[in-house]
Amino acid sequence: MSTVTHHTLLAAGEASEHRTLIVTLFAVFVAATLLITVWAGRQTKDAADFYAGGRQFTGFQNGLAVSGDYMSAASFLGIAGAIALFGYDGFLYSIGFLVAWLVALLLVAEPLRNSGRYTMGDVLAYRMRQRPVRTAAGASTIVVSIFYLLAQMAGAGVLVSLLLGITSDMGKIGIVALVGVLMIVYVTIGGMKGTTWVQMVKAVLLMIGALLLTFLVLVKFHFNVSDLLGRAADNSGKGASFLEPGLKYGATGTTKLDFLSLGLALVLGTAGLPHILIRFYTVPTAKAARKSVIWAIGLIGVFYLMTLALGFGAAALIKPDEIIASNKAGNTAAPLLALHLGGVDSGWGAVLLATISAVAFATILAVVAGLTLASSSSFAHDIYANVIKKGRATERQELGAARWATVGIGAVSILLGALARDLNVAGLVALAFAVAASANLPTILYSLFWKRFTTAGALWSIYGGLVTAVGLVLFSPVVSGGRTSMFPDVDFHWFPLENPGIISIPVGFLLGAVGTLLSKEVPDAGKYAELEVRSLTGTGAH
Amino acid sequence: MATETPPPATPGVPLPTTEEFTEVQQSAEFGELRRAHRSFAFPLTLAFIAWYLLYVLLSNYADGFMGTRVVGNVNVALVLGLAQFLTTFLIAWWYARHAAAKLDPRAKAIKSRMEGAE
Repeated sequence: MSTVTHHTLLAAGEASEHRTLIVTLFAVFVAATLLITVWAGRQTKDAADFYAGGRQFTGFQNGLAVSGDYMSAASFLGIAGAIALFGYDGFLYSIGFLVAWLVALLLVAEPLRNSGRYTMGDVLAYRMRQRPVRTAAGASTIVVSIFYLLAQMAGAGVLVSLLLGITSDMGKIGIVALVGVLMIVYVTIGGMKGTTWVQMVKAVLLMIGALLLTFLVLVKFHFNVSDLLGRAADNSGKGASFLEPGLKYGATGTTKLDFLSLGLALVLGTAGLPHILIRFYTVPTAKAARKSVIWAIGLIGVFYLMTLALGFGAAALIKPDEIIASNKAGNTAAPLLALHLGGVDSGWGAVLLATISAVAFATILAVVAGLTLASSSSFAHDIYANVIKKGRATERQELGAARWATVGIGAVSILLGALARDLNVAGLVALAFAVAASANLPTILYSLFWKRFTTAGALWSIYGGLVTAVGLVLFSPVVSGGRTSMFPDVDFHWFPLENPGIISIPVGFLLGAVGTLLSKEVPDAGKYAELEVRSLTGTGAH
Repeated sequence: MATETPPPATPGVPLPTTEEFTEVQQSAEFGELRRAHRSFAFPLTLAFIAWYLLYVLLSNYADGFMGTRVVGNVNVALVLGLAQFLTTFLIAWWYARHAAAKLDPRAKAIKSRMEGAE
């Protein structure tokens, strides 16, 4: 049964005219975004253009771009899939991802905009010894972004093999490589300006795609949500428990702890994600940064409400076996839903499938570009210009370094992307959130609000949080020892949880405090006065 | 101890001196701005994180309660989940209002005085 329907799906993708349609839609998006990129590239003259898009975007534009950056393959494919397979437990992702924005809104976005310039490291290192803190900030920026990239690459591989019927490993790697090359082009040519426009286009497409599917699901159930839920519960074979907490995480005390760990990572991770933080530099003032967050909360909130309809809709209309047969982690539930809503045997099904997949592909490309920009900016501005060249690099040299770093990061993510195919992309992104919450958030908050905080504290916190989070993931079932691990054939795991947040986040905060209290370093009071006044008033911000 | 590179500053526009910053930081006016921000943002952050964790803990350890039907197939878990959305929207709106009324005018006054004093 399951393999039969899986083949129907592949056949729908393989039928030549539909395949042509899919490839055409992809090509149109790629061509349009490349045009934008070239146009933006021509206007990218100095470092502020490349890193911060010239700081001329409005709050609304940036809010749209922030949502574009945030609603990644994890949100669209991963959450819909998690809800389709595990019902209510998949919903936690949506809630955590959304509530997390309040941390960014209340504590981080405006001070960051006021006191930093291009990177997260600008704020972390503001009143500290520049070289060690910038090195640490650069390292954690790159690690967080690569975790996140891994998830997007996994999504791209899954999507394309589903759509184009490419099942050979070479074919999938070819697609991942194509994504990698495109993102290198977007970032090296278009910089922040091009990337921001690409995010906006993508956010609009994604919202339209999700609205369309949500509308079709609701029409199918005559706008009766209770019916939709009831049918999802019946069709899942799990009954009422499908709508209750616990299906994925309720099995044992350990999985419950994992759920708590995930919840913490989600809610504290957003405000430490470098690719989100640097978006606040693209607007002229802190007030505009605040407006971007408010817009983002509205757009992202509505989008996550729609993922409920998508996930439960997929659960109601598609047999769970079929979802699992298509992708073990459920990542293809949303495109499958499109196919079923249009009609598996009708042309409409294939058209809808192609459209939604093109949207998902656009999503991945845009997010990947944002992530690459964040890491190459941090490499060039924090590590190359301020550490290697000790602040004496010319702007031209610095931007050259950023472009080369883009190529390097693109290559790394292509290599890693091939390893992560069967992991749920939402789960993978949650790891990036855990690392961000452990390594970045403590130092951001301490730097801004704790007078006594010192360089030693910052280093302890960043490296301690980073090493703890990444180390625990390495020895978790995500990497080895499980059916869906990255390396299922070996087992060197000893940490029982998939998400390290519950340990690594407190460790990050604690080490920041301990490092500060143990060091004999006297905090630079003048620098703190500067940072505090600037971060709250915007004096000297540009 | 000392920083090795100068802090970010607008090219061409000199930043106020450290002494000026320190003086403003110690001033009553800035103290009010800081208090207006912290007394709003800090407790609210603790509150929404506690409310979110309560929801996560209830999901984990109170499945009986969370599974209680409210209307049709809609149960308490779903209602509380949607309530998280609602509170997030409300807090965002509330902060925007607070910032416009209590933070922006004070910040603007200090900023224009400091930059105008050059």
